[in-house]
Amino acid sequence: MLKILKYSFYDLIRSRWSYVYFLFYLLLGFVLLFLNNDVSKAVITLMNIIIVLVPLIGTIFGVMYYYNSKEFTELLLAQPIKRSSIFLGQYLGVAGSLTLSLVLGLGIPFVLYGLFKSDAIFDFSLLLVTGAFLTMIFTALSFNIALSNENRIKGFGYAVLLWLFLAVIYDGLFLMSLIVFKEYPLDSFSLAATMFNPIDLSRTLILLKLDISALLGYTGAVFKQFFGTNQGLIISMLMLTLWTILPIWRLVFKSKKKDF
Amino acid sequence: MRYLPTVFLLLFLKTFLWAKTTPICSDCEVKSILEGVQRASDFDTLLIKNGTYKEFNILIDKPLTLLGENYPIIDGEDQGEIIRIVSDNVTIDGLFIINVGTSYTTDYAAIRVVKSENYLIQNVVLEKLFFGIYLEKSNNGKVYHNKIIGDAIDEYNSGNGIQLWYSHNVVVDRNIVQGVRDGIYLEFSDNVTINNNTSANNLRYGLHFMFSNDDVYTNNVFENNGAGVAVMFSKRIKMIGNTFRKNWGTAAFGMLLKEINDAEISGNTFEENTIGINIEGSNRIEYTNNNFIKNGWAVKVLGACYTNTFTKNNFLYNSFDISYNSKLNDNVFDQNYWSDYTGYDLDKNGVGDVPYRPVKLFSYIVNKTPETIVLLRSLFMDIIDFSEKVSPVFTPDKLLDANPLMKKAL
Repeated sequence: MLKILKYSFYDLIRSRWSYVYFLFYLLLGFVLLFLNNDVSKAVITLMNIIIVLVPLIGTIFGVMYYYNSKEFTELLLAQPIKRSSIFLGQYLGVAGSLTLSLVLGLGIPFVLYGLFKSDAIFDFSLLLVTGAFLTMIFTALSFNIALSNENRIKGFGYAVLLWLFLAVIYDGLFLMSLIVFKEYPLDSFSLAATMFNPIDLSRTLILLKLDISALLGYTGAVFKQFFGTNQGLIISMLMLTLWTILPIWRLVFKSKKKDF
Repeated sequence: MRYLPTVFLLLFLKTFLWAKTTPICSDCEVKSILEGVQRASDFDTLLIKNGTYKEFNILIDKPLTLLGENYPIIDGEDQGEIIRIVSDNVTIDGLFIINVGTSYTTDYAAIRVVKSENYLIQNVVLEKLFFGIYLEKSNNGKVYHNKIIGDAIDEYNSGNGIQLWYSHNVVVDRNIVQGVRDGIYLEFSDNVTINNNTSANNLRYGLHFMFSNDDVYTNNVFENNGAGVAVMFSKRIKMIGNTFRKNWGTAAFGMLLKEINDAEISGNTFEENTIGINIEGSNRIEYTNNNFIKNGWAVKVLGACYTNTFTKNNFLYNSFDISYNSKLNDNVFDQNYWSDYTGYDLDKNGVGDVPYRPVKLFSYIVNKTPETIVLLRSLFMDIIDFSEKVSPVFTPDKLLDANPLMKKAL
């Protein structure tokens, strides 16, 4: 598995996509800090970008990589290698290189601008951790989609739809249900609804750590009581881990059964 | 009767030329302030030398000047009130008063002025206090350049820094108030001038006033108070050039206006407050040249607010510029600068050609269903805000700034 992981990783680096992604974040980080010059303010702006872009890039990259390396995968399948290690290796290669680009790309400018001297270090590391989780989750989901669809166009379509659903449509449905059922106590409902969407979960997790959480008022107080405690943080981290593990597990399971 | 002017002149000369200065110190003839006050005659000066005086309940019942040299410490040892002034023309200058008693039944104050006029309290430092300077039915006085540093933790057992109750024509200038319940508190006090004060880190309000008309507030700084500034039930107030900063928290405001009529609010800066101004039942207020910077809500209008005008204000980087809870709008927004404005100015006259709508759909939804605030900063909200901006359906369609400025108003 490690060999395949290494191969996928180097393949991505050689194809320069990792560099492009890395440079994009590097530039973003520098420009943000150059315009803002305040680490904690830049974290807020960055959050807006991370919760939208990271899942999108993870999804597109995952699908693209799977379809692109399909022939090589089939070649590998002919070898005496366990199927799970082929797919897991490929997945970890892609997700790993994307995560590395994200963490390094954003980390370097922030460190250079004095992150360690700033008290935003915890917020920033939370941002990077959720960003890494989002990359892992969405790459895994897109691998699943690609594995289940032989047709590339269909696969791409589903992958984009998935991103659209979790990033936009889910919130719309969430909003509608909040408005329709506004006569009822909605605190636990909204807590649950945030838990079931990794993007919303990351957004709330970061928002509550930043001082704009004061805008959230009473509902925010309920959320803060939950997420603000260590238990809440552990539960949400568990939830993100679950969101990562479930698609990976399905990937392994599906790949064993699939007829190539 | 011919001699009457001469008699008056003699009396006058007696009071002013024969007015003595009595030094008070641990090895002077007069050893305590209380003793000094009792011995003194009208218009004397008590020169209190450096040292510690463990005294409380000092009653000043004649026109005197208490002048501290190098900030002598008056330690009340938590016994109760320290200085009570019940005479006109009293001056207190340069004292350091600590350890005012805390009580749940009596408002002990470091300096209390009762039914007196023409008093001057200046250069006084108060620490470890319950109430600081308490003016009770005392008109025509001045509270100047004092420093009040409290250590209040709970609202129920702490007092206010400077409190005015039924006291008219008072000037409160260049004071620093910190760490008390309400920094400056006014009730039933008309024609009061409050200038150049700093009120910060107080438990509840930096400035709190009720039923006080015709007051003027200029160049004060209110920072990081528990709930900001509350202004209620008053008429003809002028607030000019004040700064309201960092009143941040779930129930904090830069300024809360309730039942305020005919006021003028101009040149103020509201920066980093959860709600810049919260307006309720306030009419005919003119807001001009204010800066609203990085607030959660710059202006939150809660209803029954009519004929208010907002002109030449700067709204910079607020999460929500204006929040409204009704479709009815009788307030005018004109020639403001909005950092969120995306219109253009083809004829280059400095005024945008497309009107700006300051109420976002999201803020409308949040007003209807407060729980939806959890969707703050989600992509979906940005999208529907954008579509509402293009064609307003839910937000009051007459609520717009027809002449949004392209550059910041000065």
